[in-house]
Amino acid sequence: MTLTALAALVPLLPFLGAAAALLLGRRAPGFVRPLAVLPTATAFVLAAVVAARQGTGAPTDAAHRLTATGSVPIDLALHLDGFAVLVAVLVGFVATCVQLYSVSYLRDDERYASYTALVSLFTAAMFLVVYSGDLMLLLVGWEVMGICSYFLVGHYWENETARAASIKAFLVTKLGDVPFLIGVFALATDAGSFRISRILTAAAHGQLQHPTLVALLLLAGVAGKSAQFPLHTWLPDAMAGPTPVSALIHAATMVAAGIYLVARLLPVFTASAAALAVLAVMAAVTMVGSGLAALAQDDIKRVLAYSTIGQLGYMAGALAVGDRAAAVFHLLSHGVFKALLFLAAGALIQVAGTNSLSAMSRMPGLGKRAPDVRWTMGLGLAALAAMPPFSGFFSKESVLRAAEHASQGDAAHVPSAVGWTVLVAGLVTALLTGAYATRMFLLAGGSRAERPAEAAPPAAAEAPAEAPAAAAEPAPETVRADRKVPLPMLTVLWLLAIPTLAFGGLAYRELPDWFGGGSLAPTLITAVLGTGFALVGVLITYAAWKATDATRRATPFGAVVAEPPGVEPALVEAEAIATHEEVYGDIASAADPADPGRLLLGPLHRHAAHGFHLDAVYSVLFVRPVLAAANLVRFLDREVVETYVRGAGGTPRLLGAAVRRAQNGNVQTYLSALLAGAVVLAVLVAVGA
Amino acid sequence: MHLAYPAVLAALLFCVGVYGVLARRNAILVLMSVELMLNAVNLNLVAFDVWLRDTLHAGQALTLFIITIAAAEIGLGLAIVLLVYRNRGSSDIDRLTALADHGQPAPDGPDLPGPAADDEKAEATA
Repeated sequence: MTLTALAALVPLLPFLGAAAALLLGRRAPGFVRPLAVLPTATAFVLAAVVAARQGTGAPTDAAHRLTATGSVPIDLALHLDGFAVLVAVLVGFVATCVQLYSVSYLRDDERYASYTALVSLFTAAMFLVVYSGDLMLLLVGWEVMGICSYFLVGHYWENETARAASIKAFLVTKLGDVPFLIGVFALATDAGSFRISRILTAAAHGQLQHPTLVALLLLAGVAGKSAQFPLHTWLPDAMAGPTPVSALIHAATMVAAGIYLVARLLPVFTASAAALAVLAVMAAVTMVGSGLAALAQDDIKRVLAYSTIGQLGYMAGALAVGDRAAAVFHLLSHGVFKALLFLAAGALIQVAGTNSLSAMSRMPGLGKRAPDVRWTMGLGLAALAAMPPFSGFFSKESVLRAAEHASQGDAAHVPSAVGWTVLVAGLVTALLTGAYATRMFLLAGGSRAERPAEAAPPAAAEAPAEAPAAAAEPAPETVRADRKVPLPMLTVLWLLAIPTLAFGGLAYRELPDWFGGGSLAPTLITAVLGTGFALVGVLITYAAWKATDATRRATPFGAVVAEPPGVEPALVEAEAIATHEEVYGDIASAADPADPGRLLLGPLHRHAAHGFHLDAVYSVLFVRPVLAAANLVRFLDREVVETYVRGAGGTPRLLGAAVRRAQNGNVQTYLSALLAGAVVLAVLVAVGA
Repeated sequence: MHLAYPAVLAALLFCVGVYGVLARRNAILVLMSVELMLNAVNLNLVAFDVWLRDTLHAGQALTLFIITIAAAEIGLGLAIVLLVYRNRGSSDIDRLTALADHGQPAPDGPDLPGPAADDEKAEATA
């Protein structure tokens, strides 16, 4: 088969799998699991074949025009280069892992068929975005991913949190997508084509008339999709979805789509220094803010969500300094280790029976109960904190190196202030990343001391008294100890741990050939600075953890869900999400005095836990005005428009009442009227004649 | 015989029929009045047929036709009256007002059972 046909099959297979799973889901439940895993796994293999055949050669372009579409033509176009094929391999790999993991994780879920169909559809859409050589085609995949994200975040739609989160995710990303669409149109009008290759040619020859405007409009969409400040607020809430969804969509792939798009269209952005500056400031604010917020979260998945936002900020920073190779390198390594972290967190929630780090930190021997999860999560966190020799170290170093390069004014088109912004923010974030990764690792490890069961009443004094007994039931040790992580889930974790460990070190020499860019090898100064900052963060957090150890022993805290040991893992998580707010009083943070994050952040903790009150600001700025406007419209409709309608209806009704009196049901009256009419007519005719 | 006699007789018969149809309460009497009106027309048809010396005797043919139709009509009519009487215990035509539109229907809700329904019940029990 030709390379083009192979590449076209890659998005097509998961799409067909999704359609088949949706059609057969109810009638033949036995086919759903193979239909979920096999097309995705085949697509992964094909993506790897495409990558191997494309290799480091010249980009492959193929296009087919279905029909003429007026002024600017729309093609079904493929564009395969080093970026596209490698990102596709990542998508295939993570999607296959997630599908395998979901087989155990959601094994008894009654909505498994539609869940898996949506995940497959999402995978197909992401492949489409990655391979697409036409902006319109890319937009199709982009929007399909958005709607899949909406449905999958709302997978537990019985749960108020999940419903609100899915609507929020959809609305906030759409808020970015509208300017994005306008930007795509403006770009196509300037370049005369939706084809990415032609747009890049036009940008290289300076034929774009409004580069700043177009780049800023596109950035709005990118900020929405890739969860960058100020449109990042949907991502932490999106953690109300099942863990595999968070791993696939909200960590490894969809949120990376925005970064990938900017990487593809980078010449358009470098044509405008203002756009680069905006991107750099956006990335810097995102990085630092999300690092602080991650340090204050209590829900383990929200910690990971904020860390995702921060890592996406790194990628955006790399793009702002004009180095797309570094950005995509970080995208690849981050996709793998963040998927690992999320899937490990899912397993940990199942074992612990809670998603609260404070509650986990008091569980005796939690780390020993699930050693595989503990180890793989440790590997993932070390990669996240950019410890050498994990993959995160190399990719983050390449970003810092690019920023350092730009700050010296050596990068074309990039102002050195942009480089400095990214570099400083990146170093500060390295420190914060080290801190929150350490905090998560230490708290999720449980307490070391084996305490008698009666000394650890899980329903805490701090937990509100009205917490329902079913949710905050003190689960006996036996119940919790029996809840084992299924073997397929552990296999997936170790499968993901391999590239987490080895990808960066093996790939940084090869990738420049694929990406056609400069070297990605770490340099001494950024490596020492970055690792040093991260180590400082690690040590400070460790010290804080030690300092709060006594408090932690003294104050029991937290509650676990009371699911029986044989239940599917997803149910534990669903219940943990549903009850988190009523048990701990807050969706984001817990009133735990022994949290090292609380000690480190001091008075900032309360603000950081709530994402610096950005949601409240949005509520004041947008939600309440919109609600007030809606109320006004309702008032106008109910009271004003309705009055006219009633008036218009009332007059005919009165006339009708008058006519209705004649209808008394007496046939003889009717006949009399008929006769009278006939006589009158006859008389009239006679007189007239 | 002068044409005036049958014409005046027919007119009188027709007027009696019209009065009966409009004023009588009993449905059978109403039917009989209808017959009177038909027969007045028949009388006219025969009289004018003779007076015009119609070679085809279209008037007489039409009269026979009407008599046939009337016989069928009265058969059906009496059957209906009989059924109405059996159902309602009455053949008073001015009480058979089930098709009347009584008063103002509620604007939003379904129509409430009006006086007609009560009448029907009263008739059914009578």
